[in-house]
Amino acid sequence: MEARENLLVVDRLKTQFFTYGGVVEALDEVSFEIERGEIFGLVGESGCGKSVTATSILGLVAKPGKIVSGRVLLDGENLVGKSEQEMNRVRGSRIAMIFQDPTSSLNPLFRIGYQVAEPYIYHQRRAKRQALKDATGILAKTGLPDAVEKSRNYPHELSGGMRQRAMIAMSLTCEPDLLIADEPTTNLDVTIGRQILDLVKDLQREFGASVLWITHDMAVVAQMCDRVGVMYAGTIVEKTDVRTLFRNAKHPYTERLLRAIPSAVKSADKLEEIPGSVPQLIHPPTGCRFHPRCDHVMEICSRVKPLEQEVEPGHTVACHLFGREREGT
Amino acid sequence: MTTALFECRNLTKFFPIRSLLRETGRVHAVEDVNLIIPEGGTVGLVGESGCGKTTLARTILLLIDPTSGQVIFRGEDMASRSKRDLRQFRRETAIVFQDPYSSLDPRMLIADVVGEPLVIHKVAFGEDRDNLVLSLLKRVGLEADHMYRYPHEFSGGQRQRLAIARALAADPKFILLDEATSALDVSVQAKILNMLNGLKADLRLTYMFISHDLSVVRHLSDHIGVMYLGRMVEYGTREQVFDTPTHPYTRGLLAAAPSLDPNDRDRPREVVLQGEVPSAVEPPSGCRFHPRCPGRKPECDRVRPELIDIGDGHLVACLPE
Repeated sequence: MEARENLLVVDRLKTQFFTYGGVVEALDEVSFEIERGEIFGLVGESGCGKSVTATSILGLVAKPGKIVSGRVLLDGENLVGKSEQEMNRVRGSRIAMIFQDPTSSLNPLFRIGYQVAEPYIYHQRRAKRQALKDATGILAKTGLPDAVEKSRNYPHELSGGMRQRAMIAMSLTCEPDLLIADEPTTNLDVTIGRQILDLVKDLQREFGASVLWITHDMAVVAQMCDRVGVMYAGTIVEKTDVRTLFRNAKHPYTERLLRAIPSAVKSADKLEEIPGSVPQLIHPPTGCRFHPRCDHVMEICSRVKPLEQEVEPGHTVACHLFGREREGT
Repeated sequence: MTTALFECRNLTKFFPIRSLLRETGRVHAVEDVNLIIPEGGTVGLVGESGCGKTTLARTILLLIDPTSGQVIFRGEDMASRSKRDLRQFRRETAIVFQDPYSSLDPRMLIADVVGEPLVIHKVAFGEDRDNLVLSLLKRVGLEADHMYRYPHEFSGGQRQRLAIARALAADPKFILLDEATSALDVSVQAKILNMLNGLKADLRLTYMFISHDLSVVRHLSDHIGVMYLGRMVEYGTREQVFDTPTHPYTRGLLAAAPSLDPNDRDRPREVVLQGEVPSAVEPPSGCRFHPRCPGRKPECDRVRPELIDIGDGHLVACLPE
């Protein structure tokens, strides 16, 4: 038994979109677990299934998408297959979400204070006046300057950074067990983005929530996350703690991806390139989805989907290279 | 010694804010910027949204008329020229935009998209044009059968290659890359950056590279200008700006960018910038950075700091101790 218990277990989650063009296999048996109080990062390039994972956990997969199989266990309770009514009690109170673009996720017709107060009114049945007062309090906690005054503003009157603070305040109202952050700093400037990173980290420590942090930015992962899952074309190819990821990445995709980043620390003449491009998920490559682009491709790679292998404690890699080594020993 | 391809002197651009017919204010987008772009070099511009980097670049290309100041291209003042006299200038300069989804006309065939500059500048028509388009596509790593397709059939990385092919069509000497890789994934970005470096060497190009991504600017540029609220606050070689950043804003900006080393998370950061960039309509007096500056002095809100050479051409606009 592990010392820390798992808050969220995602077990062989398979989400597909049934489009006219064919079935898009967006998630192919994605599994990971998030311990209490940890920040787990999901990192990968566009279209690898990071955001679909988030919407699948929240039961918000839009039609024609559907969770085909797999389980999402929150404190041991399976969320897959719950009714909309049951999910409404989970969303916003036990699992909350911060979106990438606060401009389109805030309602332009309501004042900031009211939007932040809504979870108090709906989930905790507080009186409106009390809810509005509490909303101002939590807005102040997120470092919004003049929270009392700003809570009477409409979203368009705030800057991008302030709107993101309001989104964070909203997500924390019911002190959720799990916070899902989907690229919350991508649209922000460097200095504002950093303020938001620091803020989420401070509040996460204070509230003790677990965080699922979705990003494409390896540097953000390095500074924020405790453990990381690297996604490629709807699968998790590598999962480990953050320090191991940057010191000892094993999967050929992770390795190459890390070398493609123009590092802010040293400047090389030529960046590492990954040949080819990310595959279509309507007819994904058979076997390992990375095999057409992989340097170490073997005969087995196009036939058999590699299973996650534990290469060292807490470090799993889904690659036949390591399966074979195992057989050899 | 390299010669200057571009030089701007005291370049200023204000955008008027009109309500009814009266001018009620001005956006101080670019103010009093002096900049030299050496032939064959890459000058990077960094700064946060609204700092004027795009306005500065577009004013240099005379896509926007400057409010005052000079743009000197190969020793000649271009800002005073008429639009017609600029034809040769237009041929020698090109631009690649950030978003390849909106910068390519969805109704035009690739042959027409890439070949348009050839026709406008009367370089080649008909079959000659098609042959040139073909060689341009090969140059950016695309295939002959891509010529008769439409932009929607291409991925983001391929579209950016098309935009680069179009920029190269009229055989320019200077290309402005305005956040040209910001919309791309890391692995695609790596390919485009490598290609841009190769093209620069092969075709003896001069680049101006605008980005908010410090690591990309560092990778590509040999000189870097840091802008804050319309003013250049620091300018120097890549090493000067990144290894010995001197202006407090540059230091804060570099410290704010997340590093790739997980061990850095526990280290206290040297400078932490609080607050947000003020409005450019009524910018702060004196040094524009003074309200956020961790090391501000009493006179900073009154005296405007000039760019001063602190050694080997490393320019910094900050009042001395």
